[in-house]
Amino acid sequence: MENKVIYTENLTKKFGDFTAVDHISFSVNKSEVFGFLGANGAGKTTAMRMLCGLSHPTSGKGTVAGFDIFKQSEDVKKNIGYMSQKFSLYEDLKVWENLRLFGGIYGMKTKEIAEKTDRILHELGFEKERGTLVKSLPLGWKQKLSFSVSIFHEPKIVFLDEPTGGVDPVTRRQFWELIYDATDRGITVFVTTHYMDEAEYCDRVSIMVDGKIEALDSPKNLKNQYRTQNMYDVFYQIARKATRVEI
Amino acid sequence: MNEFLSFIKKEFYHIFRDQRTILILLVMPVVQIILFGFAITTEVKNTQVALFDPSKDVATQYIKDKFQASEYFTIVEELTTPNQINEVFKYGKVGLVIVFSEDFADNLLHTGEAAIQLITDGTEPNQASMLTGYASGILSLYQQELMEQYHAPFQIVSEIRMLYNPQLKSAYNFVPGVMGMVLILICAMMTSIAIVREKEMGTMEVLLSSPLKPIYIILAKAVPYFSLSIFNLATILLLAVFVFNVPVAGNLFWLILLSLLFIFLALSLGLLISTLVDSQLAAMLISGMALMMPIMLLSGLVFPIESMPEILQWISAIVPARWYIEAVKKLMIQGVEVRYVTKEFLILAVMAVGLMLISLKNFKTRLN
Amino acid sequence: MLQFLIEKEFKQIVRNSFVPKMIVGMPLLMMLVLPWAANQSIKGLKLSVVDKDHSTFSEQLIYKITSSGYFQLTDVSPTHTLAMKSIESGDADIILEIQDDFEKNLIREGLAHTMISANSVNGIKGGLGSSYLSSILIDYAEELRETYGQSAGGVPAGSIPQFNIIPQYKFNPHLDYKVFMIPAIMVMLLTIITGFLPALNIVSEKEIGTIEQMNVTPVKKLMFVLAKLIPYWIIGFIVLSICMGIAALVYGIFPVGNLFTIYFFASIYILVVSGFGLLISNYSNTMQQATFVMFFFIMVFILMSGLLTPVASMPDWAQKIALFNPLKYLMQVMRMVYMKGSAFGEMTPQFFALCAFAIGLNVWAVVSYRKSS
Repeated sequence: MENKVIYTENLTKKFGDFTAVDHISFSVNKSEVFGFLGANGAGKTTAMRMLCGLSHPTSGKGTVAGFDIFKQSEDVKKNIGYMSQKFSLYEDLKVWENLRLFGGIYGMKTKEIAEKTDRILHELGFEKERGTLVKSLPLGWKQKLSFSVSIFHEPKIVFLDEPTGGVDPVTRRQFWELIYDATDRGITVFVTTHYMDEAEYCDRVSIMVDGKIEALDSPKNLKNQYRTQNMYDVFYQIARKATRVEI
Repeated sequence: MNEFLSFIKKEFYHIFRDQRTILILLVMPVVQIILFGFAITTEVKNTQVALFDPSKDVATQYIKDKFQASEYFTIVEELTTPNQINEVFKYGKVGLVIVFSEDFADNLLHTGEAAIQLITDGTEPNQASMLTGYASGILSLYQQELMEQYHAPFQIVSEIRMLYNPQLKSAYNFVPGVMGMVLILICAMMTSIAIVREKEMGTMEVLLSSPLKPIYIILAKAVPYFSLSIFNLATILLLAVFVFNVPVAGNLFWLILLSLLFIFLALSLGLLISTLVDSQLAAMLISGMALMMPIMLLSGLVFPIESMPEILQWISAIVPARWYIEAVKKLMIQGVEVRYVTKEFLILAVMAVGLMLISLKNFKTRLN
Repeated sequence: MLQFLIEKEFKQIVRNSFVPKMIVGMPLLMMLVLPWAANQSIKGLKLSVVDKDHSTFSEQLIYKITSSGYFQLTDVSPTHTLAMKSIESGDADIILEIQDDFEKNLIREGLAHTMISANSVNGIKGGLGSSYLSSILIDYAEELRETYGQSAGGVPAGSIPQFNIIPQYKFNPHLDYKVFMIPAIMVMLLTIITGFLPALNIVSEKEIGTIEQMNVTPVKKLMFVLAKLIPYWIIGFIVLSICMGIAALVYGIFPVGNLFTIYFFASIYILVVSGFGLLISNYSNTMQQATFVMFFFIMVFILMSGLLTPVASMPDWAQKIALFNPLKYLMQVMRMVYMKGSAFGEMTPQFFALCAFAIGLNVWAVVSYRKSS
């Protein structure tokens, strides 16, 4: 239990008659890269939003970073980072201003923020863009910045919702390097993706179909189980059972 | 053509899915008409009057009776000292205080020094000038009677006829005004916001990459608002006729044609605004401020254009609603023949075509 | 935490290409233009005269009318029918018809008839216009009596019973519309700027998606709402100060009462409208929706605020509705302070009403703001 930073049991979310997330149970270990796969409309984003405290679960159990997602969602929020599918930093703020804002919100001191901003910009090779308005950055840079913002306050867990959508392969590669750096520092990464090569980078992946988790294991075990060479075929075999289309 | 129809359908779905907005669009004209008609009416009726009468003689009694008999005024209070006048205005509901001079009847007959003060609350100038006007009217009638009684020489008797609106109902004035306001609001504001929204969300590019010509995309956006406006126009007219008894004295066909022209103009204006700004916030503020304020204030709806300084009269000439409202008054209430509104028709037509051309040109240059 | 959020709001406001211009431009524009337009007194009415008499008297009369300033002579028609055409085409507002033998009748019979026909589609214009015109006629008759009184037979002028009508306007002796409209325009500006901007601000964060990034942080609801309120509170003060500056410099209008009373009431009022804006934004999903809901309420608020006609002269049901109109209270306060010089003590009902609105709306706004669905 100590090691399990995310734990759910029969977690369910209904919108009226529609069950978006249907009794899912799983756990994620500390410092793990956990891949959360599924076709469009399978319920990935809804599940993730429940874990982040953005959406109230209908039933079931769930803890994130040791806090109950039903009753302690604000405590959960102190310990997580989140990067949404839609780019959602403030485009009309400069790079350093976004970092300062989110650092400030998580209660970091001004001095601490300034030091950390310098370090992060250095690591990203963004020193020159420090004072650039975010809206004039290229997409790949925005995504990297967005990730840095989401782990700026050193959360226990970071949730990434399709973080590399629309980004070129080189930048995606760099992005994954940033993810590994984060896990090295003990941050757990919970990531949804459509790219099967990215699924290979995960320690463990779960595959959701129609609101349920149909498979959950390491990429290697899954490939063995489904007797294929790559994750793409695994995914295809599982996901084609889906009956519902995009919501 | 089929594609065009499906675009229009999409726009209708868009609008009808947002029930709150649709409700407001439909209810807005009704609420405006009711507010203008019942709540902020400028008609004077049973205004409470307080008196200070140190004379208490035949003449003052006669005048009091005249006021009491008038439907405009009701005497509610007799003051005992002039010091109470301020109090009355501060705390009471009294709109007019009449103060007679001392020995009124005596002075009236012999010295010509008899005087009546009509005191109103100047912090409400509209109310004040109106009440003073009505009260002076009653007093001049009395003066006229005296003249006749004493066979005064050089009496000019004037017969007054109130054309088109003998009861001076305010509805005759505000109904055309509200029509102008609502149509501009819905067409221009909604269209501009709807187009800019697509720009802001980035979906405009998707639409533009479809095989449909850009002009049709814009038209498809305009069609739902066009139909809504026609619905609103009908609501207003029905309310006007059946609730406020405003006549449609003129030719309904021309009235509708005029309104369609105005709606087209408003749509062009909305399109123009949408080509000028990039955010919904700006579109809303520009159409809200740049359209609503001038209509409310410079179209003659509330304040007469004649009383404005010359420069504002010129500015009001470029406010399309001003011409529409004028033409509606003539066509609908005065019931004049259509040739008397040729000027307004022409001005509106020129404005509409001009706006449409400018906005299409703007739209194209932006696309390239 | 609040400091960082407020800093963000200010940077966004300053960087917006439109908002700063509006905060300065709109008060300038409205304060410089509207007071001139807002004048309900009738001047320069277009007069068409049908003079069938063509006598010295009739010409004197026409001259007297045109030099009064209330009327401008647009045409002299030979017949009533022609004059009516001018009314129909909009070239004339009012017709004065002078009968033939006007002069002769006045001298021989002591009485002559005229007819005034006013276009009364606009009842105020028709009513006031015809009463101005008939009072000029009465004045002219009086002049005639003074000049010819003794020689025209009948009674000597002095013995006709006469009285004077003296209109007196309390608190605003010259019936100045500017001093009436300017405080009202300030209230409208405050309402529009500090009401719309916060409403649209939150909804735009919803539409862009940045609000989700906020909702997933531990930021407190109260903090978030406060961070939205405070900048608009300051903007409200800027707007109000610009307005009062223009009122003083351009129009020479100063509040009779205490300046601080105005700021004090405004500071509560801004919280009321901003809170209302936030509340609307909480219940709206798109800017279009928020705009229209705001627009609807602000329009009703403005119309029912006593802007043009006093609330007290509205029918009872409308007065009851107006009790829930925050604009009404500030409108009263502004006019009372500007024109009557009322002190705080005389406006305690307005104070309590505005406080109640401010607390009620803002508590509601904080409670209804949902960080999760």
